[in-house]
Amino acid sequence: MFAEYSSSELMSIFAMQGFAGLILFSVFVLMALGLAIIFGQMGVINMAHGEFMILGAYITYLVSNLFSQHFPELFSYYFFIAMILAFFATALLGALVEWGMIRFLYHRPLDTLLATWGLSLILQQIYRSVFGAREVGVTLPDWLMGSYQLSETIEIPVNGLFVMSLAIAISLAVAVLMYRSRWGIQVRAVVQNRPMAGAVGINTAKVDRMTFALGCGIAGIAGSAFTMIGSTGPTSGQLYIVDTFLVVVFGGATSLLGTIASAFGISQAQSTMEFFISGSMAKVLTLLFVVMVLMIRPQGLFNLKVRR
Amino acid sequence: MKRSGHSKLTKRWLSSLCSLAASCALSVTAMAAEVNTTGLAVTDTTVKVGILHSVTGTMAISETGSVQAEKLAIEQINAMGGVLGRKIEFIQEDGASDWPTFAEKSRKLLVNDKVAAVFGCWTSASRKAVLPIFEQYNGMLYYPTFYEGLEQSPNVIYTGQEATQQIIAGIDWVVKNKDAKTFYLLGSDYIWPRTSNKIARKHIEKLGLKVVGEEYYPLGHTQFNSVINKIKLRKPDVIYAIVVGGSNVAFYKQLKAAGIDMTKESPLVLTISVTEDEILGIGGENMVGAYAAMKYFQSLPNANNEAFVKAFKERWGNDIVIGDVTQAAYLGPWLWKAAVEKAGSFDIDKVRAASPGIELTTAPEGYVKVHENHHLWSKTRIGHAQADGQYKVVYETEELIEPDPFPAGYQ
Repeated sequence: MFAEYSSSELMSIFAMQGFAGLILFSVFVLMALGLAIIFGQMGVINMAHGEFMILGAYITYLVSNLFSQHFPELFSYYFFIAMILAFFATALLGALVEWGMIRFLYHRPLDTLLATWGLSLILQQIYRSVFGAREVGVTLPDWLMGSYQLSETIEIPVNGLFVMSLAIAISLAVAVLMYRSRWGIQVRAVVQNRPMAGAVGINTAKVDRMTFALGCGIAGIAGSAFTMIGSTGPTSGQLYIVDTFLVVVFGGATSLLGTIASAFGISQAQSTMEFFISGSMAKVLTLLFVVMVLMIRPQGLFNLKVRR
Repeated sequence: MKRSGHSKLTKRWLSSLCSLAASCALSVTAMAAEVNTTGLAVTDTTVKVGILHSVTGTMAISETGSVQAEKLAIEQINAMGGVLGRKIEFIQEDGASDWPTFAEKSRKLLVNDKVAAVFGCWTSASRKAVLPIFEQYNGMLYYPTFYEGLEQSPNVIYTGQEATQQIIAGIDWVVKNKDAKTFYLLGSDYIWPRTSNKIARKHIEKLGLKVVGEEYYPLGHTQFNSVINKIKLRKPDVIYAIVVGGSNVAFYKQLKAAGIDMTKESPLVLTISVTEDEILGIGGENMVGAYAAMKYFQSLPNANNEAFVKAFKERWGNDIVIGDVTQAAYLGPWLWKAAVEKAGSFDIDKVRAASPGIELTTAPEGYVKVHENHHLWSKTRIGHAQADGQYKVVYETEELIEPDPFPAGYQ
């Protein structure tokens, strides 16, 4: 397996694959973070997570059209505005969904699964009616499409770097929000003991709504970023949802650190294996490995002790 | 008294009118029976056909164009007076990208609706699912997609290309004109890309050239960084890509981001799975420079095609693009009409017997003819992707290529 490459080639293979793995890792973190917040902190299985991502992607598409038609001179920068809008739009939709549906289903995780799955179908149909069944092409500013050449064989795509820095920025922001802010303390208090948190004066309903909206908002940003690497169609969200759940469950659903660690493990393993064996086999082996670990540690890699 | 007499008269009048109508109806049914002895949904003014595609689910993206093409063809045929003097009515069913649903809906169309023909299916999986039903109830399916071959059914007319028609001419062209020596084969992981690549590999090796890599990714895969790295290391002359659906968007965007500029043609990208429809999602600027081997491109310069594109845009909107499969779907109703008229009957067996040898000189792709093996003779063309999302035709085979669904030595 290694014999067909020279040692210098192997060096650059590992460098390139390591980097490809880092990009995949960032993608996984962006996909899974929103889901982990909602699932880990609220116990809601959000099957519509992929559709929230696609809403972010469609908003990016709309903003890119708007800019190319009305403000072509500012086109290079539209992406930042698109991401901010994507965050607020999906967060708003998330808050609406929490208010209209999710709040009646707390403590019934399997029902949230069904309800959000229905929601995902409804959203898909809405996208199909509004944007058409075909995929839409999101035009990217030129600076996002280039790459830096490090050596003859090692080239680093700019959009990969962009996704990586975005993943780092959002993880840090979430960490600060959860572990350093007053609101984060409230969220964690509600997770650990809801009646007690309510008794000490925390508005648990409001905390729930904000948490759900935040998770959805992050999905929106992820979707916006993914227009750089993936497709945007009514059903594209489905492509991401399996990987996302895989990362969250493997990491231990209640731990954000676990989500990040599991995203790292899965992405590096998959990316290295993809190089030496086929893409489909790499996926199969990754899934087998995850299943085996979950048989030994059903609660996932990392887990918070929660009073049940 | 007067009143009853009057009513008697009316009665007699009415009864004679009735018998007149009855005898008329009788002769009409006799007329309908001549062209339809097997109880299909044919009256003396109408004939019912089925359209069976996915308009929901993941395949809706691809199959929408086929539905539009088939409806346009039916409308045009009706405007010309229909088939054997009968207007075509269609019953549309949704396969919902789900193969059991396809099977169930095809049974409904054949058994309950008694349609005279069905235009439909897109993926090989959906075709395989409906095939036993069409054979059991003796229906006629017009199937539009380019596909892997290795199939021939008396109940299907294949209006797209089978694998050898599309692949071999394309590879011959890059070998001859672009001096290609090494190939990297890449595809989505299911039957069509795998069979196509098998034929491609056989042909490449027969020419004494080399395949330096072959790779498959699950449907819907969006991370191609690893394979792009491999391609960079192995430095093939040609990337032969059969990635399908939304994965294409990821593949070409990442190819570009990784610094592979397809306009430099080193490596050159040759695809058989990206039509104008897919480019809409990929974005013309990410596809520019790639080559595609197919039988039809929207930009094909001939009078038939210009009329077709104009009519299609008038009917379905100016922004629409027309890909290879959409054109093949458009051929279906026309080929059926020609076969019915040649047979002088809607009966499936007679239509089937009349089908081989049917020609269309008005086809947008130029000229087509039905082979005895139920596939079409067709040319293979090479399109060069432009920034506006259209292909420029840079080459076409001189002769029509004979369809060969069971190629010797390629299986």
